[in-house]
Amino acid sequence: MSNAGLAQFQQVFVEESLEGLDTMESSLLALDEGGDGELVHTIFRAAHSIKGGAATFGFPEMASFTHEAESLLDEVRGGKRAIDKPIVELLLRSVDCLRGMFDRAKAGEPLNDAVSDGVRGELAAMMGRAAPAEAGPARRGSDQADGWIIRFQPHAGMLAGGNDPLRLIRELAAMGELAVEADLSRLPSLDKLDPSECHLGWTIELKAAVKREDIAAVFDWVEDECDLAIEPRPSAVVTPAAPAPANITEAATARGSREASPESSSVRVAIDKIDSMINLVGELVITQAMLDTFREEFDPAKLPLLQQGLTQLARHARELQESVMGIRMLPIASVFNRFPRLVRDLSQKLGKQVKLDLHGEQTELDKTVLEKIGDPMVHLVRNAIDHGLEMPDKRRAAGKHETGTLKLDAYHRGGNIVVEVSDDGAGLNREAIVGKAIERGLIRSGEGLSDEAVGELIFQPGFSTAAVTTDLSGRGVGMDVVRRNVSDLGGTVTIRSKPGQGSVFTITLPLTLAIIDGLTAAVGEERYIVPLISIIESVQLKPDSLKTVAGGGELFRFRGEYLPVLRLHELFGCVGAKRAIEDGLIIVVEGDGARVGLFVDGLVGQQQAVVKSLEANYRRVQGVSGATILADGSVALIADIGGLVRLHGQRKAA
Amino acid sequence: MAKILAVDDSASMRGMVAFTLRGAGHEVTEAENGQLALDAASAGGFDLVLADVNMPVMDGISMVRELRTRPAYKGVPILMLTTESHTDKKMEGKAAGATGWLVKPFDPEQLLATVKRVLG
Repeated sequence: MSNAGLAQFQQVFVEESLEGLDTMESSLLALDEGGDGELVHTIFRAAHSIKGGAATFGFPEMASFTHEAESLLDEVRGGKRAIDKPIVELLLRSVDCLRGMFDRAKAGEPLNDAVSDGVRGELAAMMGRAAPAEAGPARRGSDQADGWIIRFQPHAGMLAGGNDPLRLIRELAAMGELAVEADLSRLPSLDKLDPSECHLGWTIELKAAVKREDIAAVFDWVEDECDLAIEPRPSAVVTPAAPAPANITEAATARGSREASPESSSVRVAIDKIDSMINLVGELVITQAMLDTFREEFDPAKLPLLQQGLTQLARHARELQESVMGIRMLPIASVFNRFPRLVRDLSQKLGKQVKLDLHGEQTELDKTVLEKIGDPMVHLVRNAIDHGLEMPDKRRAAGKHETGTLKLDAYHRGGNIVVEVSDDGAGLNREAIVGKAIERGLIRSGEGLSDEAVGELIFQPGFSTAAVTTDLSGRGVGMDVVRRNVSDLGGTVTIRSKPGQGSVFTITLPLTLAIIDGLTAAVGEERYIVPLISIIESVQLKPDSLKTVAGGGELFRFRGEYLPVLRLHELFGCVGAKRAIEDGLIIVVEGDGARVGLFVDGLVGQQQAVVKSLEANYRRVQGVSGATILADGSVALIADIGGLVRLHGQRKAA
Repeated sequence: MAKILAVDDSASMRGMVAFTLRGAGHEVTEAENGQLALDAASAGGFDLVLADVNMPVMDGISMVRELRTRPAYKGVPILMLTTESHTDKKMEGKAAGATGWLVKPFDPEQLLATVKRVLG
């Protein structure tokens, strides 16, 4: 891109092409399952757009690769070739290659690699020919003369097609001196003349040493709409010019000069979201103008009006906040859409039959959450197919349908987004898990462990029960990483499982990372925000319910289990905080798979906190995820429950 | 300067074309497919139409054919933006009533040169 202003369209091209590849993939999968012929057109159009854009925006390798796929699709589209499994397979791999090319383009690496070259070869072979070498346009040798006679007789309809003979003659005039003679012989009488038709013809003498092809190029668009003869001027000497060498160096230089595109993140926003915001800002301005009238003179009689204005202001501010948040919200469909392919590939590899059920694709998530939720979900889906769903014969023996069902669902629940990955497989194998946990020294025996507690075990670091480490799930990355990833997003992940009936993994995420719902807790003079999502309940303890263990740790009994007490005033060194356990309050929270009780002075209230980054303004502090400004203007720190739990673990170990 | 209608389903191509033409002082209206282009064409007299060939809903060739049936668009230059350098697509466009074509890939200079060429 020579022009900096145009670089923005290269970014748009990359985004729309990645969407196009998603469309190609989902349509190919649908086609594989017997979808209709319209899908072929959709796939073709997507490939075609990528090809055209790639060439325009400086990715010739991509254009050339897509050209092969497009040619194959063109044959399918034109009915010359029936679509079958091998074609779908090859095209799916082509989609992967193109995605890889976009990744490499972003990283500034060469676009072609061994895989893409291989697939390119296969595409060409499928069409019965060798992969064409990338070649510059062939240059033909051209006739040259020092003057030309051009006989140009437009057909009557040429004007209607938007081609004006005068323009063509002007273009010739730009090449050199012209002598033009009009031929009026076909001009009808005035009563028969249709002004929208062309009746004139011209004989044009061009006194310039130009190539024949340059003249022909002027008439390129109208060859079929006129009679044209281009001849050397009689007196001219014709010398055949040597064929010009193909201009490869120039093309190669142009190719080499492409730079890696800088990564910039952008969000596409539906126009109605923006309209609603503009509308709200308008209302806000009106309310502000109304309130402004009180600045001049304040009449106590107008108090109700002032109150009404303030109420309105509050409502508009809240609505505006929601709409602004909404801009970052995108449907989870973009994440869900990668699973049909994954499920298809995995189930084929393992010889399992899996039906994928998608629900709630339109549920919207914060863009940042959306970008990061993919990996944990892929892990859960791999796990479900690998460990959860049984082989067809085993399912049949268990009286179930041979085809297992894997369901992905997303929905809102109480200010949170819930994403579920569920399967109707065998469910958790309690014995295997307990056995493994004992082997790993996580527990001493499985006796008395609730199903819930057994489920929790699989989230422990390094836990894996696969008898044979498959290349699918056994990648050394366990459920503990899934939990950490989700926890980094301020969310939680839990499992429910029933033997023989399947498992449900539930990921609960905050609506947005920019605002959290929390309880404000007082500790001495400080205020801390405890995220609502991690709170289980608050309890007040009697002095005798506290047990002190070796090393000075304190425990309390909560619903049959002993939980450690974390005294926030000790952790953060707060002055003037309550110390006696019966004076304060314990907030039972869950984070990073563990429950702890936070000891605070008391609860002040519930509020939505706008998260301000502590890292950006100060530095990272363990146990604190950010800060917020309270209504009175003071700063409150936001407790990072996962971090606090880890901090407690370290202190215990130390 | 001219009133130009730019039709392409690809936001990047359309954006590039519109950006380049606006930079040259033209007034550009954008449309995402043939049908929307026809709607836009009804409203205003354009001096030039630039249209992609392959588009969902209505392709460029059908759009040209339909546009040429309207008296207001007889003689208005319509250029097809096409990647298919095979003569059959160009000729199909021509037969439908297109004035000429511009083969992708083209750079802003080529686009402006071609536009200048048709607008005279």
